[in-house]
Amino acid sequence: MNLVFSWSWLPKLAEGLLLTLELTAISMSVGAFFGIVLAITRIYARGPLLPLYLLASGYVHFFRGTPLLVQLMTIYFALPTVGLRFSPFSAGVLALTLNTAAYQAEYFRGAIQSVRAGQMQAALALGLSRLQALRYVILPQALRLVIPPWSNELIYMVKGSAVVYLIGATELMGQAKNIAARTFRNFEVYIVVALFYLALILVLTLILRWVERKTRVPGLGLPGRA
Amino acid sequence: MLLRVVDLHKRYGREEVLKGVSFFLEKGETKVIIGPSGTGKSTLLRCINRLTEPDRGRIWLEDVEITSPKVNINRIRAQIGFVFQDFNLFTHLTALDNVRLGLMRVKGMGKKEATARALQELARVGLADKAKAYPAELSGGQQQRVSIARALAMDPKLILFDEPTSALDPELIGEVLAVMEDLAKSGMTMLVVTHEMGFARSVADEIIFMEKGVILEQGPPEQIFYSPKHPRTAEFLRRITDLYGGNR
Repeated sequence: MNLVFSWSWLPKLAEGLLLTLELTAISMSVGAFFGIVLAITRIYARGPLLPLYLLASGYVHFFRGTPLLVQLMTIYFALPTVGLRFSPFSAGVLALTLNTAAYQAEYFRGAIQSVRAGQMQAALALGLSRLQALRYVILPQALRLVIPPWSNELIYMVKGSAVVYLIGATELMGQAKNIAARTFRNFEVYIVVALFYLALILVLTLILRWVERKTRVPGLGLPGRA
Repeated sequence: MLLRVVDLHKRYGREEVLKGVSFFLEKGETKVIIGPSGTGKSTLLRCINRLTEPDRGRIWLEDVEITSPKVNINRIRAQIGFVFQDFNLFTHLTALDNVRLGLMRVKGMGKKEATARALQELARVGLADKAKAYPAELSGGQQQRVSIARALAMDPKLILFDEPTSALDPELIGEVLAVMEDLAKSGMTMLVVTHEMGFARSVADEIIFMEKGVILEQGPPEQIFYSPKHPRTAEFLRRITDLYGGNR
């Protein structure tokens, strides 16, 4: 077999890579914000706030319980029938964000709940409000604990963002598809694209490992070896 | 009267943990609550700053009713120090930041002022040199002293101690009791749940003996230790002395 690569693919692939990064960055960060809100609601909203708890739980179950692909198709192809029209990019961002928010909610919930109950008690006993306690005591610990599972979600989302090529977005996978269709060099193009994804994920993993080390505090998470 | 507790009731499911507890504390007084495990001593303390909501009964801090639904409970808690059995220092913060947090976020103090005040309180419990240490880097006794400094920094009207030495190795108990004794002498108002009978005898102005959710007897240490009026008090003290030896 005779492999043929071409430098001429690079500008388009780089463009695609950039779009993949954008898709992932926006959906992961907005998803993190909503994930935290959902997690806090699922943990603390009780009594008169019970409807909020039910709403948040319903959301999480729905978006974790249906395929990302179905969510994406619904947003891009079904919502226009009720007058909501999106570009491929914004439909992609929307689907990925809604989806990852549900998953991240569960990672954050786990992290918040693994902070010992005494921490909240001590914060309240000092006179901090529950929100202040969350902000200054619980979340700073939970955010450190959530880094390993969160990096899992990040990796998943980098690769998961590839599905938006199906609605015509020209992120990394979309560009690859175009180049392959034009050049008939399927094998070579996809090898290159796989390497792009691999490199991107390696870099992101290293960054998160660095953040994890940088924010490490004795006695919290990473207890060395069990 | 600094603290007044009237007819406090608390039930967990079927079990009634507090069955009508009433007592008071004058400013500057130290009262020690003793009694067998599971008789509601900790629940009583936690009801006083409403970390646990009492079912019935009323509590006043000076002329403010803590149990009133209209009260701003965060304000009240800022005036009542609480020292936990297992310290509960904020894991992600240094000793200095543990003491500083309440000053800055509850009292709205500036960083400079809060730092000075926090260092002063750490010095008071003998830990000025540990300001930069994280809780995990401190011994249990040191952690408990930081948590006392954290409570002191808020200028509380009263400090509640919930078995402050029960989680400590025996050789670390002394340093914590010494700090508490100094505090009592300096005129701090204290309510202490403890099994340290030596501390109770030498520091308490009054001892409260609780069993099964009620106060069976209260009085000065001499009365409780040498001529208890209730047979259950005598029996409890005998068992405690058998367990720990006569000097405690």
